[in-house]
Amino acid sequence: MTHLFAPALALPRWFCYADRISLGDGVDPVLSLHQISKSFQPEVPVLHDISLQVETGSVVCLLGPSGCGKTTLLRLVAGFEEPDAGEIYLIKRLVSRPGLVVPPEQRHVGMVFQDYALFPHMTVSQNIQFGLFRWPAAWRRTRLAEMLRLVGLEGMAERYPHELSGGQQQRVALARALAPAPQLLLLDEPFSNLDVYLRRQLREEVQAILEQAGITTILVTHDQEEALSFADTLAVIDQGQVVQYAPPDEVVQRPLTRFVAQFIGLGHFLRGEMHQACITTELGEVPYASALSLTGEGRRVDLLVRPEHVQLCNTSHGTPVQVVHASFRGTRKLYTLRLPSGATFCALFPSEVTLHSGEVVRVTWRPVDLVVFPWQETPAIQAD
Amino acid sequence: MVQHETHQAYVIGKRVKTRFSSWTLAALAIAGLLAVPMVSVLSSFMTPAGEVWRHLWRTQLVELITNTVLLLAGVGSSTLVGGTGLAWLVVYHRFPGHAFFEWALILPLAIPAYVLGFVFLGLFDFAGPLQTFLRTTFGQGFRLPTLRSYGGVTLMMTLVFYPYVYLLARAAFHGQGAATLESARSLGRSPLRAFIMVTLPIARPALVAGVALAMMEALADFGTVATFGYRTLTEAIYRVWYGMFDRTAATQLASGLLCFALGLLLVERTSRGRARFIETYRRGAGVTPTVLRGWRAALAVGACLAVLGPGFLLPVGQLSLWTLKTLQAGQLAPAFGTLLLNTLYLAGLATSLACLMAVVLAYASRLHSSPSVRWSAQCAALGYALPGSVIAVGVLLPLAWLDHTVVIAWLDRFLGRSGGLLLTGSAVGLIFAYLVRFLAVSLQTVDASLTNIPPSLDDAARSLGASGSRVLRRVHLPLMRRGLLTALILVFVEVMKEMPATLLLRPFGLNTLAVEVWKRTSEAMWQEAAVPALTIVAAGILPVLFAVRLSAKR
Repeated sequence: MTHLFAPALALPRWFCYADRISLGDGVDPVLSLHQISKSFQPEVPVLHDISLQVETGSVVCLLGPSGCGKTTLLRLVAGFEEPDAGEIYLIKRLVSRPGLVVPPEQRHVGMVFQDYALFPHMTVSQNIQFGLFRWPAAWRRTRLAEMLRLVGLEGMAERYPHELSGGQQQRVALARALAPAPQLLLLDEPFSNLDVYLRRQLREEVQAILEQAGITTILVTHDQEEALSFADTLAVIDQGQVVQYAPPDEVVQRPLTRFVAQFIGLGHFLRGEMHQACITTELGEVPYASALSLTGEGRRVDLLVRPEHVQLCNTSHGTPVQVVHASFRGTRKLYTLRLPSGATFCALFPSEVTLHSGEVVRVTWRPVDLVVFPWQETPAIQAD
Repeated sequence: MVQHETHQAYVIGKRVKTRFSSWTLAALAIAGLLAVPMVSVLSSFMTPAGEVWRHLWRTQLVELITNTVLLLAGVGSSTLVGGTGLAWLVVYHRFPGHAFFEWALILPLAIPAYVLGFVFLGLFDFAGPLQTFLRTTFGQGFRLPTLRSYGGVTLMMTLVFYPYVYLLARAAFHGQGAATLESARSLGRSPLRAFIMVTLPIARPALVAGVALAMMEALADFGTVATFGYRTLTEAIYRVWYGMFDRTAATQLASGLLCFALGLLLVERTSRGRARFIETYRRGAGVTPTVLRGWRAALAVGACLAVLGPGFLLPVGQLSLWTLKTLQAGQLAPAFGTLLLNTLYLAGLATSLACLMAVVLAYASRLHSSPSVRWSAQCAALGYALPGSVIAVGVLLPLAWLDHTVVIAWLDRFLGRSGGLLLTGSAVGLIFAYLVRFLAVSLQTVDASLTNIPPSLDDAARSLGASGSRVLRRVHLPLMRRGLLTALILVFVEVMKEMPATLLLRPFGLNTLAVEVWKRTSEAMWQEAAVPALTIVAAGILPVLFAVRLSAKR
């Protein structure tokens, strides 16, 4: 296939930026990481043996708790850090390996920073045009207008960053990163500086903008709600490793490790014992499909209890539990409940239900997808 | 295809690496160059000069060291009391004129100690107007205690160096906020006891740093002690060098002085570090000041005026008066224009070089914060602790050596004529000495303004395709403009004021304003010294106003 690209590469560089010429053939991944490792102090790996492929046009979310190495992974892709081991390819071109880093300015990768990093001494239009310095002036003007329209800031071109609201600054940062038509857009916790209400609104706007631009995107976040609503594919990172790389619904329904199961949603584990056709737990018996590999009579397991799957039930079928704590979650209330054995779990009830701490109620549990792990075993690390 | 691109990328990666290391190399070169004077002075310890040393020891060394230590102790303790007291007054109290005094109390910093010294001598010495008046009123036998003494020198230096302590103490008190003081008071302490038991100990590192700075200035001062006839190490270096032409002895003295200076530097550095640590403690609201009324308010205003009057108003007033008289009589020396031009030329050259070097050092440590780069920045900034006389000696020795070996040989070889003293005879040595002494001033300012630029801006610019130099040009330099301007002004004024190194290193016939002040005051021609002195003071007020504007912003 390579001979087909030869004419495109012979054209001036700005030509490749200007039109969205795909340098891949649509099947090749935009980005592929091969066994990337990185540590800043010896013996303390930040990232360990990471392999990922990002398909053209997809949105990938790197999700994990603070300090799990997701921002470092992003900076490796952008070319700000050098890997200790492994290779990074951008559209089949080797850009990073130990001892070699193609500098960020030669990668055609756009990035939106956590603090937006707008140049405070430049106007909105100067900021957006910063990356277009190799373009002809007429093209630059057209692109600027196009970008301003895309992010809805047409009247703001001559303002300075400090004259803009947080949400507007965010959109300028996005327009600036998109202006040179990068092959790949990286977003580093782009909504973490905004308050909750603005965050949701802006997330939808950004999602619409990215969809319109049709650009391959990697988003880093520790907010699972953000990740679930944004991503085509989710990469859950725990302690420097990708523990699951799958579409969001699969990550929710079939978490590969205990960490993923607990990190996504507010699930708690409940002890259970496997019998021939069902698992017995304190919350009653649960039937299970034989496809589960954890067969064996009398085997002890942990089951994931998700708050959505617990219902109030005031007949004698329910299990009696004690209310420990309640907190509002918008239209619903999240209750922490305690079983007679002392194990606790969470349940979501409509907000008109009012229960007091110490009160004893009866509940039933109807799991939709059964998530079962061997009992108390340390989470096995299963990289995708 | 992939193979080919891999190769290309490899080449690009290499090229970038070498470009970065050129910043590192430049930083190392600057640091190495600026360390030469200190090394050359320190190395005189190694040279066997027992005879000279023994002679010095027998004749005057004990007196010199005692005098220097006494002066340091006196200036240190009185600036500590004065600076802290005024800061306490201004931060925790409100009284008439408070807003004015808060910034005006920095003003004495603009007056070089030697200018204050000669104004006082002109006014209060035996032949001065005050004593003459008193003698005619109370009879010939009437005498005031003489100014030309330990007490007089200490008073002069305290009046102009206390703002170092005042500034740092004020920042420390403001930085603590109200929480610590208020919790001490809620536990039953009176305001004064709470201040002494809680606020002062927390502010101690800042106070120590301020006192160390004031003592460094006292150690470096040459003009005041020389005019007052008070023998210290700095003054002895000049006397031995110029009066006796004994370079070995001067170098030995300089190495002794260097030990004092490095000791002070160590104290200042360690307490600065601690002060920064404590500043991060700040929580909660600002200080709630006490409003003073009646005699208390009068006392507060009186205390401020008692310091500001002799430290600033009196010298500026008297200098203006003398200047006016000179101008009215048409006695302004025709050489004044030349003096001014010489000063501006030297200061301008030294200032631009200092700022250039500061940008290189600061940018190198931003791009590649390796230990070697950080050390070279530290090393290049050491000079501000060294008295000008020490630097002068340290510059002259290697320059004279270069002159006598390399330069003469080159001139012989390439021009076919035997040259004179090319380096020691020109302003090269002087400019170099200014750089050693004042690079720290520009480095600190430039570094601070560079550190204020978040690193994500660099990353953003790089990800948008800008190379390292384009980032510097388009992002860093425009954002550092204010810091660079401040650095330029600060260094410029410091160079204008500098006296001992200028006296020791100036090429024959090159006079500056400071040299003119020295010449006139050493001949007790106070009025003639007023015009150049007032020019220096006027320039010195600029950075103080800058500091005021900065502190108003906070």
